[in-house]
Amino acid sequence: MGAFKLQDCHKKTIADICTYYKNEPGNLIKILYSAQREFGYLPEDIQREVARILNISVAKVYGVVSFYSFFTMTPKGKYPISVCMGTACYVRGAEKVLDELKSQLNIKVGGVTEDGKFSLDCLRCVGACGLAPVMLIGEKVYGRLEASKIKEILDSYE
Amino acid sequence: MFNNVFSVMEKIKITIDKKEIEVAKGTTIYQAAKDNGIHIPTLCYLNLDHLKIENRPGGCRVCVVEVEGRKNLAPSCSTECTNGMVVKTHTVRVLNARKTVLELILSDHPKDCLICSSSGQCDLQKLSQTLGIREIHAVENAAVSTYRKDVSPALKRDMDKCIMCRRCETICNTVQTVGALSAINRGFMSVVAPAFEQDLIDSPCTFCGQCVAVCPTGALTPFDDTGRVIRALSDPTKTVIVQTAPAVRAALGEEFGMEPGTLVTGKMVAALRTLGFDKVFDTDFAADLTIMEEGTELLGRISKFLEGDKNVKLPILTSCCPAWVNFFENNYQDMLDVPSTARSPQQMFGSIAKNYYTQLLGIKREDLVVVSVMPCLAKKYECQREEFKTNGNPDVDFSISTRELASLIKAANIDFNALEDDDYDSPLGESTGAAVIFGATGGVIEAAVRTAYELFTKKKLEKIDFTELRGLEGIRTASIDFNGTMINIGIAHQLGNARKLLDGIRAGLYNFHAIEIMACPGGCIGGAGQPLHHGNSDVIKARFDAIYREDAGKKIRKSHENPYIVKLYEEYLGHPLSEKAHHLLHTHYFEKNKN
Repeated sequence: MGAFKLQDCHKKTIADICTYYKNEPGNLIKILYSAQREFGYLPEDIQREVARILNISVAKVYGVVSFYSFFTMTPKGKYPISVCMGTACYVRGAEKVLDELKSQLNIKVGGVTEDGKFSLDCLRCVGACGLAPVMLIGEKVYGRLEASKIKEILDSYE
Repeated sequence: MFNNVFSVMEKIKITIDKKEIEVAKGTTIYQAAKDNGIHIPTLCYLNLDHLKIENRPGGCRVCVVEVEGRKNLAPSCSTECTNGMVVKTHTVRVLNARKTVLELILSDHPKDCLICSSSGQCDLQKLSQTLGIREIHAVENAAVSTYRKDVSPALKRDMDKCIMCRRCETICNTVQTVGALSAINRGFMSVVAPAFEQDLIDSPCTFCGQCVAVCPTGALTPFDDTGRVIRALSDPTKTVIVQTAPAVRAALGEEFGMEPGTLVTGKMVAALRTLGFDKVFDTDFAADLTIMEEGTELLGRISKFLEGDKNVKLPILTSCCPAWVNFFENNYQDMLDVPSTARSPQQMFGSIAKNYYTQLLGIKREDLVVVSVMPCLAKKYECQREEFKTNGNPDVDFSISTRELASLIKAANIDFNALEDDDYDSPLGESTGAAVIFGATGGVIEAAVRTAYELFTKKKLEKIDFTELRGLEGIRTASIDFNGTMINIGIAHQLGNARKLLDGIRAGLYNFHAIEIMACPGGCIGGAGQPLHHGNSDVIKARFDAIYREDAGKKIRKSHENPYIVKLYEEYLGHPLSEKAHHLLHTHYFEKNKN
């Protein structure tokens, strides 16, 4: 994987996000959230650019990025999968779902498939406990999961 | 209508440990106790009141106290006194809570106190002794951090010893506005680090070392050069000379149990001679030289300005402080032609020693080892800069701190307190009062004014003391009457204050002619290589007063009257800003872009 190179178009995207949030250092988390949504992850150069625009230290930006598990500095797959490991999902078999995903995709939690199609992560509760166990692929929620349904779901992604 | 101005600050009554006291409204329990001789322990809280520096994250929970009528214990550093409050600072409940908190901190802390470089200076170690911790109940499954150690030429980071007090972060970001450090990660893995956990040398760090000066543990420590100095001293083929910075003499005594502010110039010289240095010289000599070069540069720019030259760069900024040089090289690339090109006294001394003094001795520069004793950690970085080397041989070989000198003296079995006073060697040991005050904020510019005034007006100074330039406020300004021409002067210490002045200059707000900047609180006397103040800024104030006492006691108090400086120009350099002086005593600055 080549290192991320910041292009002028990226700079414009970041500047637009910062402008939307009034270039206010207090909005750092929202800005990083939007930037990650845009780029999929937050490589060093993006953090440096955000720091430059907001006139805060890069160390501060990195401090926030490294604090929240939501933020990532490694690129995710085209379809990021997040399995809920919250209490409700866990007792209803989330671990079996996760094991099935690991073996189907042949990656560990935090990893990306070789073709870059899927990445696998865990999270704590998406607020859909009634549908437990739950996983997200991108922003689509899959509920009442069973290990046997996983292959079919994965196959539906081109 | 002046009610607000004249109304006395509202007072309230509280009781601490059965002692009834009156405090101003808004005072914290911690401060009220401290002002009344009750020292509540803390690991994170820091208040240098003379310098208006405060770190109050309320994170360590060591300073908890019991407040009558309140269910839980209160962190005294961040709880304000209320009228009638009854506080107890050492009940069983309080002591147990403190011990538990401390044990939890220690459960995730290396226990190599015997060989830790902060041993004996460590606040955490001291507190576990004070509270009598004799056993640490380990936290089960605690992640043990084995953080990569980061060694720069000036300071070392060993983050396994970090207790997240955040003092360094406050200093680096709020006080110095350098922005090299931030808290990163979470839980057991959280430490303070530069962005992306890069090394300090790749970060915007200026090596001012103020993070080291406030670190309560061994997480941030200076790079230790004492071993190299001992090796040089025992090499029979080398002539080893030493230079001592002005601020060292006002603080070294503290390491040997003396009161802060005790001047130990004579004992220090005697100790250095006993350690085996062939010659004991004074950086003050080079400080006088700095004034000749920088003062002449200042007068040159002012004269051109008064003649209407539009290209002249004013104000001129002092360039003695290596952390400040690192700071403007990284943050003010568009203004690199504004600071004086004069090298710092340490480097001027090194250059004169390796080029002129070697001639006097008839030896090669490789056979002369120049050691400097500095109150500073940034000097360790400065002396390794490529532009201060000739064929790879540095002008100053090693720079050790005041604390490192103390440890050398102790290791050499020298009874420092019993030493007879001794005098510096000639010729590079002669200096004036103007050079001594380089050690305090405002001192360099006062020294420059003493010389510039006489050179500019061709008149003798009636009054040598420019008290309007002295003090510990972060930013000070004064106008000095140069026989009808008003010279406007700005002074800043701590880099955050420097940034305010620099941003103002960039925006064209000020009409200063000259500005002095020092990175450390109080100037070099508050340097990171000095004995640790442990959060007590009275120590820095005492050193500040000592520096001006030393100046007042000097026979010669103006740099241009130093007879050895006059002789150096006559015999070797020609005149200030001569080609030779430019080559040996001036430098240029580099654009750096570290963030």
